[in-house]
Amino acid sequence: MAAGGPEEPLDTWSIRSIVTTMFPILLVLSLLEMGSGYVLEALEETYLSNPTLLVLVPVMIGMGGNLGAILSSRLSTRLHLGLLEFDPRDEVLWTNVLAIMGLAATIFSALGVAAWTVGQVVAEPMALADLMLISIVSGLLLAVIAIVLSIAATYISYTQGLDPDDTTIPVVTNVCDILGVIVLSGVAIVVLN
Amino acid sequence: MEARQDAWRIYRESLPILVVSLAGGIFAGSVLGSAGMTEGFERFPGLLLLLPAFLATRGNVYGAMGARISSGLHQGMIDPEFSWDRRLVNAVVASFINGIGISVVIAVLSWGILHALGRESARLVELVGIMLVSGVLTSVTLIFGLLGLVFASYKYGLDPDNLIGPIVTTLGDIFGVVFLFVAITVVGGIF
Repeated sequence: MAAGGPEEPLDTWSIRSIVTTMFPILLVLSLLEMGSGYVLEALEETYLSNPTLLVLVPVMIGMGGNLGAILSSRLSTRLHLGLLEFDPRDEVLWTNVLAIMGLAATIFSALGVAAWTVGQVVAEPMALADLMLISIVSGLLLAVIAIVLSIAATYISYTQGLDPDDTTIPVVTNVCDILGVIVLSGVAIVVLN
Repeated sequence: MEARQDAWRIYRESLPILVVSLAGGIFAGSVLGSAGMTEGFERFPGLLLLLPAFLATRGNVYGAMGARISSGLHQGMIDPEFSWDRRLVNAVVASFINGIGISVVIAVLSWGILHALGRESARLVELVGIMLVSGVLTSVTLIFGLLGLVFASYKYGLDPDNLIGPIVTTLGDIFGVVFLFVAITVVGGIF
């Protein structure tokens, strides 16, 4: 039996402690997410008359954060190992940026094709060229944002003496979550008009 | 040339997990774009406003629970099995409170924001009903699904820390929208 009996202090494992730590954070994040929800609601007509655009929404919400999380954890590990310099000529930095942009190009091209296919089957069809353009342009923009945020957040936590492992990933993933829908909506409006 | 080979290696190592997450997201998107769902969005104004918050907060609630369980396993504070252990029960109950509580709060916020702006909104009881039903169903599925997967991976010698993020995102995307669809159908049938 690994866990202790009831006489051992439960400290940070009490229900009250977990809820009072988490709930305020969840509340603030939800309020911020309402900003991106507001964009969806404001563009309701565009989304509901082109339901295929809704197919892109969950990936747009999650993927920027995934890319940012990969880059942030790589940067902070390299930083801990002393292998990273915050210098525009630093090779490790550019290698990682190149890999992230390659991943984004692959994922968002595949998303464009997949959304087009889904549109043919369950939602209303949209032109393949429009969908590919919307998916790739907004995806690459999101990747650039994720890269800038990851580097900035790692640099700031480094100069402030914080451990980037604890700070960068939550900040980067949540900010990318919020910006995903906003970037998608902006690009979709430009392409469709 | 070395930098390009390194970039290629990072690409190859990261792609599989992103493809899994992409597949989950495309499935979720297909449900969102389906006729039943878009009719729900038209019938209950306010659902689009709360959708990003509903999809994104789950990563925070259940990701945090997964990270806590994983640390507990590594520190030997809990065992990798379902039991009435105090710490495990507390972590599960707290996640239910956080997950269901924030779903209801999101519904109230969405209703309040639309009213403050003088925009059309579904009734408060409808939005809260939809979020309560989908919040309860998602919590049960994600909490027990995540615990099962974390325990199993730990027993097989895998580090749950590397798996929790992608598992939560993928399960959250899939079950989140499916249960949202169920909730819209149930609440649409009642009111």
